[in-house]
Amino acid sequence: MIDTDVLVVGAGPVGLFCVHQLGIIGLKCEVVDNLDKKGGQCIELYPDKPIYDIPAIPECTGEELTNNLIEQIKPFKTNFHLSDRVEKVKKENNNWLIRTIKGKEFKAFSIIIAGGVGSFEPRKFSLKECEKFEGKEIFYSVKDKKIFKNKTVSIFGGGDSALDWAIELSSSSNVKLIHRRDEFRGAQSSVDKVKQLEKQGKVEILTQYQLSSVEGGDKIKSIGIKNDDGNIKKIETNYVLGFFGLIMQLGPIANWGLNLDKKHIPVNTESYETNQKGIFAIGDICTYPGKVKLILSGFHEGALAARGSFKYARPDEKLRFEFSTTSKSIHERLGVKK
Amino acid sequence: MAKITYIEHSGKSHTIEVQNGLTVMEGAVQNNIPGIDADCGGSMACATCHVYVKEEWFNKLPKKEDGEEDMLDMAYEPNKFSRLSCQLTVSDNLEGLVVNLPVKQA
Repeated sequence: MIDTDVLVVGAGPVGLFCVHQLGIIGLKCEVVDNLDKKGGQCIELYPDKPIYDIPAIPECTGEELTNNLIEQIKPFKTNFHLSDRVEKVKKENNNWLIRTIKGKEFKAFSIIIAGGVGSFEPRKFSLKECEKFEGKEIFYSVKDKKIFKNKTVSIFGGGDSALDWAIELSSSSNVKLIHRRDEFRGAQSSVDKVKQLEKQGKVEILTQYQLSSVEGGDKIKSIGIKNDDGNIKKIETNYVLGFFGLIMQLGPIANWGLNLDKKHIPVNTESYETNQKGIFAIGDICTYPGKVKLILSGFHEGALAARGSFKYARPDEKLRFEFSTTSKSIHERLGVKK
Repeated sequence: MAKITYIEHSGKSHTIEVQNGLTVMEGAVQNNIPGIDADCGGSMACATCHVYVKEEWFNKLPKKEDGEEDMLDMAYEPNKFSRLSCQLTVSDNLEGLVVNLPVKQA
């Protein structure tokens, strides 16, 4: 059981800046995020896309913004629990008990949800028949590449994951790369490499096709792929890999007893607290009259949710408002050397 | 202003007036038309506002810009008439546009 003042759910830009605001006012926190890295949508969806509306930063990419936020919170030495997801939360006396899918447990005075639009999960094939093979012969990520040795692997997708695995597995498996159009969106060097492998007969590329059927009993025997004109091709295969990027799902947050408005959590605009006392929601996941989904709005929401958390963590103290330019205690917390 | 018709996968049809300058996605979201999620809010980062444009309309629309086709790779059951509705800006030229919605967005 990890004891802390606040548990922050989500390590996107808004969660990261909230860590800063908590640190500034002297509260400890731990952060849990489903992705394997910090940065949330900024790093997962648009690391290279420029952002033009961060105050005082005329232009920066999602990755630069993330790196700067990480730099800014360094003094607080916050623990991040990545590739994990908060599953259950329970109120006990004045604390929240939190449990993750990996079985980590936390005790905190409050929870700040900075969950974007939920957690990222792989997009799956739309065919219902795929379900019974998922995790056995149909995968959306590769955990153990040894199982593919000397087998036929059909890889679907046009991005870097699909290309990289086609290249990687081509040395020891019979690889088919199937994509819905002729252009691949992955790195040009990978596209070139795959085309070269095709010429050498090591990868078979089938474009303008999508999965249309899966046949097999206990195990997959073959799949059908179909093009826009309705032509169907049958392929014998042992494994199927699908790389269609990630989709955001609200996930377990829906079961925490919070009011929900579509996929969003209504909050008050004084402290961004939800209907559950001690649970706050900030950033894209929260909603209130006039809500704008901008990163800068999330920063403001985080600043207020951090202060809202103070009364739960330090019920006998009064929070004094201080400026970072002059406050000795803030300087100490930031490790500013005079 | 343009009248735009959104046809849910079930066949249920909604025709609404959408203001010029809004996107076809915004027209749907602001009028609570089910079937368009638009998780990312229109930044072309999620492919959950995917629509099928009626064939006769498809070639009349402004061409896809960089990135839209890439995102459509990730959409649920895309076909050659697929567009992201967040990339379709409403103008008088779109009067009468009909879009079909997929079974689901993800």
